[in-house]
Amino acid sequence: MSVTNDQSYVRTEMLTEQSPPSTNVGIIGWVRANLFSSPLNIFLSLLAIYAIYSVLVFILPWVFGGVWNATSLTECRIVIAEAIGDSNHAARACWGVIHERFWQLMYGFYPSDKYWRPNLALIMLFVAIAPVLFNGLPKKMLLISLAFPFVAPWLLWGGAIWTPLMAFMGFVIGFVVHKFASKIAGSLVGIILGVVSALLWWLLFSSAASHGISHMIGASRMSGEVARLETAIPLQEAEIARHQTIVDPLDKQVVEIQEKIDVAVSAKQPVADLIRTKTPLYLTLGSASSDLSKENDTLNVMKGRLSAIKALPEDEARLQQLMEEAVAARTALPESVAKLTDLKEVKADTSSEDNKLLEAALKIEGERNSLQSNIETLYQDVGLVGLAPVKSRDFGGLMLAILLGITGIGLSFPLGIVLALGRLSDLMIVKSLCVGFIEFIRGVPLITLLFVASVLLNYFLPKGTEFDIILRVMIMITIFAAAYMAEVIRGGLAALPKGQYEAADALGLDYWQAQRLIIMPQALKISIPGIVSTFIGLFKDTTLVSIIALLDILGWAKTIQATSDWNGVIWELYGFIAFVFFIFCFSMSRYSMYLERKLQTGH
Amino acid sequence: MTTLTDPPKASFRLSMLLYDTRYRSTTIQVVALMGFMLGAAWLINNVAVNLALAGKPFTFGFLDDSSGYDINQKLIEYNSQSSHLRAAVVGLMNTLLVAVMGCILATVLGVIIGVLRLSSNWVISRLAAVYVEGFRNVPVLLWIVLIMVAMSHSAPQPKDFRGEDPSATMKIFDSVAITNRGIYFPEPLFSNGLGDMAMFPEHSTESCEAYAAQSDDAKVIKLAKSCGSFQISLDLVAIASVFIASLMISKLIANRATQIQADTGVRPTVWYYRLGVVAIPTIITLWILGFYLGYPELKGFNFQGGTYMRSSLLALWIALSLYTGAFIAEIVRAGIMAISKGQSEAAGALGLRSGRTMRLVILPQAMRVIFPPLISQYLNLTKNSSLAIAVGYMDVTGTLGGITLNQTGREMETILLLMACYLIISLIVSTVMNAYNERTKLKER
Repeated sequence: MSVTNDQSYVRTEMLTEQSPPSTNVGIIGWVRANLFSSPLNIFLSLLAIYAIYSVLVFILPWVFGGVWNATSLTECRIVIAEAIGDSNHAARACWGVIHERFWQLMYGFYPSDKYWRPNLALIMLFVAIAPVLFNGLPKKMLLISLAFPFVAPWLLWGGAIWTPLMAFMGFVIGFVVHKFASKIAGSLVGIILGVVSALLWWLLFSSAASHGISHMIGASRMSGEVARLETAIPLQEAEIARHQTIVDPLDKQVVEIQEKIDVAVSAKQPVADLIRTKTPLYLTLGSASSDLSKENDTLNVMKGRLSAIKALPEDEARLQQLMEEAVAARTALPESVAKLTDLKEVKADTSSEDNKLLEAALKIEGERNSLQSNIETLYQDVGLVGLAPVKSRDFGGLMLAILLGITGIGLSFPLGIVLALGRLSDLMIVKSLCVGFIEFIRGVPLITLLFVASVLLNYFLPKGTEFDIILRVMIMITIFAAAYMAEVIRGGLAALPKGQYEAADALGLDYWQAQRLIIMPQALKISIPGIVSTFIGLFKDTTLVSIIALLDILGWAKTIQATSDWNGVIWELYGFIAFVFFIFCFSMSRYSMYLERKLQTGH
Repeated sequence: MTTLTDPPKASFRLSMLLYDTRYRSTTIQVVALMGFMLGAAWLINNVAVNLALAGKPFTFGFLDDSSGYDINQKLIEYNSQSSHLRAAVVGLMNTLLVAVMGCILATVLGVIIGVLRLSSNWVISRLAAVYVEGFRNVPVLLWIVLIMVAMSHSAPQPKDFRGEDPSATMKIFDSVAITNRGIYFPEPLFSNGLGDMAMFPEHSTESCEAYAAQSDDAKVIKLAKSCGSFQISLDLVAIASVFIASLMISKLIANRATQIQADTGVRPTVWYYRLGVVAIPTIITLWILGFYLGYPELKGFNFQGGTYMRSSLLALWIALSLYTGAFIAEIVRAGIMAISKGQSEAAGALGLRSGRTMRLVILPQAMRVIFPPLISQYLNLTKNSSLAIAVGYMDVTGTLGGITLNQTGREMETILLLMACYLIISLIVSTVMNAYNERTKLKER
């Protein structure tokens, strides 16, 4: 027998694995590895846990034990003092301020019966950007994305339906012209002609066309409107009376309960329950009386319109007369002042008689213009097919931040791409224009640009042009964000290997084809983190409009603090606003991480 | 007979400007330039017409007029009789003050938090992450306003410090008073001081001379004969020059130690020489100048003596630092993570301890990654300091773009000047920093 055959001492099967020491696995192992791995770490962990504990012990009761039912800070503090039995009123939050002012913080002065419009616009926004955000959605949803830029402003500002339609028509006209012209004269001429015709349409015809349609409808409705108003006014009066019957008892109840509270406070009896009953009544009273005043306003509008329609024939005759007079006065003017439209333009050496003549002519013209615009407004109002208009100065709260953020984001993105391409272009002049623009905008703070929007922009436009402050702010925010966006995209373009450009050239693609099919998809993917952080920065920066006296959510916080009821509320208001911004910005940054993973094609 | 002929030479046609790539780029550039110039001309013409109509010819003469308003936080002599230009300069110095202070504090915070975020300790790294996400995702304006409002509502009033049993007390050995108006802390004073030196004596202001005439201190009178545009404290100059000189000597000692290490392989212990060389001359200078601290004291309705930092400056400084610190933390973290693990393993294989690995291997490489985004954060902080206007700190936006604009009604000039101020700051900082960046760049073949 050879030794090799004797296998009695050779193990034939493997030992079973032993489980690792219990202190190295599971919770204990994790704690040992991550919290208590060295004396320093033990110390730091204990210190940090103690710090977290002492903060939470204060914060949690403050947040979750806060008082929601109170209509002023004083009431709130009374309730807190009764609840926890001492005078340290800072131990619990006064969420009553958020409860009472929530809608103002969200929508500003936007009429409460029209909240559905911004809400619908926001929902439409999500539907519109869904094809961009997620894969595998039906192609037809792109139609909604296409309609969104036209429908959303109409929903927010209201007005005649013709306005967005006419704006859309511009694109249709441009597209049709481009199609025909490129067949005849080549693609470049086609693009130029298309753009020019669309611009011509928007600048010269679209507003006239939409006004014309409204005017025609107004003229045809004018006689029916009188009958409608005459039946509607008594109904409206009945409605007001009905609202009055709601408001009066509520008012009485609130006054009664307030008296009880006052009595109890002076007698040092508990009042928390009384305040708790008062708060919903008080809030209902607030909304009921605002409804009432709204109905009153509607009635006044109706009455005003009725009298205006009745006076319309007279007014139109008067307008005719004024027009003739104005022409006569103008032709009678001496040579030196014949073309002036403002007394300030008069030269110093003009004689006082000429001056007087001009003054008289201008007066007649002013009268004519105001009468004409009054009559036109009446036609437009009567002929309105669409949504009741809302003025820009009523926009506010979080809605304003979202509106400014989304327009800024949407418009700065394409502008930023163009600027980045311009900056990297071989064309010397185009390049230096782009570099100058980008560096200028990036070198100054946003607040100076907002100052430009609020006080300077009108100086840059032809005399007498006035447009909306929100629109001006939008323009400034857009160009501000575009400069930053351009730098982010330039980074992405620079990070792309040169081989990609050369491969595009080798395939015989021209500049735009190469950009569209090869360069941009990759460069934009590389720049996603930067793009999203620019978006987040832009959204946060919208709060700066509160400095130029627009009432965004931060502006409202200041306004609420200035009221006598809520003077001294700090942490609740700012904490709430910080929470809202945190939710928005944090989810945007998480989304960018998701997008990066989704588009990841490397290893 | 020739076999090679030139291709037929195409005569120049107008359509080649559009369709021939040799000419197209020129065409585009000429059109772009013309469009730009037309647009600019249109805008400038509109401005000229509108300004003429408003009766505000475009001049900067108003800058010499008396400003008529006071500035409560100033680094150089200023009063309501001073010119608008001087108000703008005071504001600009305030902007630079808060920007420099903010950059320093933000860097300290950012580096600490960024390193802590990489800590192996789970709680600590989570806490650092909460700080970063919390501050990054909330507007800086909100932080500024919140800190300001919280301070003015929650901090005690000066009167609370008075009486037998005051409801508020001064902190740190009775030297610092935190009130709702700001913080009072001790100021450095010199009993044998050298006084101040007037700069540009020909541009002296009357109010300063009036102050000098009131003073009975012979030195003040002698030195303030002409107050000049501003004064420089000679004490500070003396201390700073002694300190810098000793730092240089200390550096020389360090260089020598490095030389010895290179020659012999053993590094001599020199840290106590270096400490002594820096500390002893500076302390002697302070002693000669008679250095002592002037403590704030409650007199009447307010604190007197000591240095006073207004709550608006404090709120702005703290908020900007916390906010920018969160961004810097991310930059530092990314910079450290960008250094490949092989570097620290190699350092470990050479026998370096972890502190030295960080100091000698990781950080010098990480600095290259960290530096460019860090500069842009500094610039952001400087630009964000314009939000001072929300809390009433008189920076250049508050003086030039705020009160001067409202008082003179010259929107165009003041806002252009304001923009120029920020542009110049940005350009200077980015030029200097780019030069530094170029010097420390990785030298590649």
